[in-house]
Amino acid sequence: MLLRWRSQQGQRRVQKKNAYYSYTQHFHGADIAAAFYVLSLKGGFRYVGQSDWFHTDKRGQFNWNFLNHKDTPLEEVDMSCSLISYSGLENLVGQQSLRTLSLQGCPEVDDWFLARLHVFQDSLEELDISHCPRITTGGLAALRNLKGLRRLDMSSLPGLSNPGLVIILLEEMLPQCQIIASGYDLSLSQEGIEERNEQHEQGHESDKSEKQAIY
Amino acid sequence: MLTWRRLHVKASAVHGLLTSRLVTEQHTWVHGHLPLCQSLSTGTPVRNDFFKDLEAQFAAARQKAADAMPGSSWSPIEINPNLPPERADIVIVGGGVVGWSIAYWLKQKERVRGALKVVVLEKDPTYAQASTVLSAGGIRQQFSLPENIHLSLASADFMRNINDYLGVLDEEPIDLQFNHSGYLFLASEDVAHIMEENYSTQRDAGAKVSLLSPTQLKEKFPWINTDGVVLASYGLENEGWFDPWTLLNAFRRKAMSMGVVQCCGEVTDFKYSVNRAMTTEGKSLDIRRIKSVKVQMPNSLEYQPVECAIVVNAAGAFSSKLAQILRVGSGAKNTFEGISLPVEPRKRFVYVFHCPDGPGLDTPFLVDYSGVYFRREGLGGNYITGASPEEEKEPDPGNLEVDHEFFMEKIWPNLAHRIPAFEKLKVTSAWAGFYDYNTFDQNGIIGLHPLIPNMYFATGFSGHGLQHSPAVGRAVAELILDGNFQTLDLSRFDFRRLLNQEPMLERNIV
Repeated sequence: MLLRWRSQQGQRRVQKKNAYYSYTQHFHGADIAAAFYVLSLKGGFRYVGQSDWFHTDKRGQFNWNFLNHKDTPLEEVDMSCSLISYSGLENLVGQQSLRTLSLQGCPEVDDWFLARLHVFQDSLEELDISHCPRITTGGLAALRNLKGLRRLDMSSLPGLSNPGLVIILLEEMLPQCQIIASGYDLSLSQEGIEERNEQHEQGHESDKSEKQAIY
Repeated sequence: MLTWRRLHVKASAVHGLLTSRLVTEQHTWVHGHLPLCQSLSTGTPVRNDFFKDLEAQFAAARQKAADAMPGSSWSPIEINPNLPPERADIVIVGGGVVGWSIAYWLKQKERVRGALKVVVLEKDPTYAQASTVLSAGGIRQQFSLPENIHLSLASADFMRNINDYLGVLDEEPIDLQFNHSGYLFLASEDVAHIMEENYSTQRDAGAKVSLLSPTQLKEKFPWINTDGVVLASYGLENEGWFDPWTLLNAFRRKAMSMGVVQCCGEVTDFKYSVNRAMTTEGKSLDIRRIKSVKVQMPNSLEYQPVECAIVVNAAGAFSSKLAQILRVGSGAKNTFEGISLPVEPRKRFVYVFHCPDGPGLDTPFLVDYSGVYFRREGLGGNYITGASPEEEKEPDPGNLEVDHEFFMEKIWPNLAHRIPAFEKLKVTSAWAGFYDYNTFDQNGIIGLHPLIPNMYFATGFSGHGLQHSPAVGRAVAELILDGNFQTLDLSRFDFRRLLNQEPMLERNIV
């Protein structure tokens, strides 16, 4: 029961972080609310027409000057290694000028999140989803809605079972997009396959020892 | 003298071999008569066996003595451990995805842990003919009835957070292998207006659907031949297909971890009490209240009557047999009692084919206006296809044999016309499954029967049971435990529409 409570606490923390910032939206407008959401999740962004970025540092502190730019949509958002999830995307849905989105290493980004990215289908040009552990092939199929995508970084996705084939199919599906996919062992030799199997087993063992350490 | 020495030698040999006290006694008899059971002239192995047996017999005697003491689990009556319990609160007939979803939600909603004893009865544990595992596994929100759209949306929400709902501690997380490729419906000129109306209903209900003109369609999916297509409707989110077996096992694993009892057996009879009631017009009605369910064990004459308070009929294609045992529909026509459960099994074929030049990763679940559908399966250029036959040419539901002529005549021409790349394909495999087809209006029947106050129906979904199962399970659990629908109002799906003869038809083009 204690273990279940611990895991539920983790889920509740993620949900709280990704709540809908309706209060901020009501008082300051959707763009400021989106900016505040990005900063609260320890991300960074850049406004349209501005050249400097607003970032949150490791201690969670950021520059409140972003409030000065009212009604300016966001152009580039960097949410690497943040706890952004499907419900949190509600805060960013209205941003029709979003050109770059970086989700490198986000643990809560999964296939349903990718499917919801269709809201940015006209504007999004660069997407970085490398090192997200929960993405699988089914979610990558949903990226076909992003007509404007020019650069996709899908390196080192541990959830992909056939990375070589998936990369080729993605290149066919998004002909105008440059796909960067490093960190996969694409060799066809027997040794490569054996090494990959060993790494997989080692990964499983280290996961188990981590689990034991937490509980 | 010689005989004496011979006997002496034998005695000494015997003495050397035998060690127990009994043997030394035997030794003294050598002079007298031989022991009754053994002759001294037999060889040594027999002698060893005898004493090994003796030790085993001693052990058995010790075990019998321990069993006879109070506190042991021995009983003289041999009980079959696979029988269902003698009493249960709720018996769910049918171990498919709908049945297990209802079991999970009942346990999820019970307010005190262990308050409800739920038993799920499944007659075939191999699921050889169950509709759940033989389905194509698609989920869509493109319906015309708002209730169906809400059911699909709620089920998609459930599947998105499936590990929060059905995750069991220390077990692997659930991977439904959900492909978010969306559904694509194509409309010809005569049905385009229906599609437009459906689009506005779907948008109002919250589904993310977009309408495409033929040029936009050609731009998005260049491999489609847009000949005859006037309008297309494409689902952007929460639509796609997944693995039904994983969902079923996830429900089952979680429900069993919460204490639901699974039993393998077939319901052959009910014991019910009959009450007479008068309608306002003076007619008398028989109200049958189920007291117990007779469960027959597989391949055996054994049965167990399970006393229960509530029975849920989630038997899918075989629900009407169950209803007939309770004499639903046995009265005269045009009366309450004359209306039978209009669910019957209909056979549908699914063919798997391989086409090397076919559409790639972005292939949606395409449904043509001719009734033919197909979707991608895996990454190796394999696809799954099927179609609904016309009313008059329904295949015989007595068995699950596949008719390949149906593919050659009805499916392939339409498929090749719509997607020119499919002119060259090779069928690798095929199977058949049952739809729990509601002959009245092809939509589910959820709710109590007016003449049987403790039997709930959750059947007749006609091909949409799998995609609606999480939401339907929650709705039935609310109906049973709270008395009314709480989250989704599905009161239009109950038995009243059958009694009033008002069909709720889906105006979808397929």
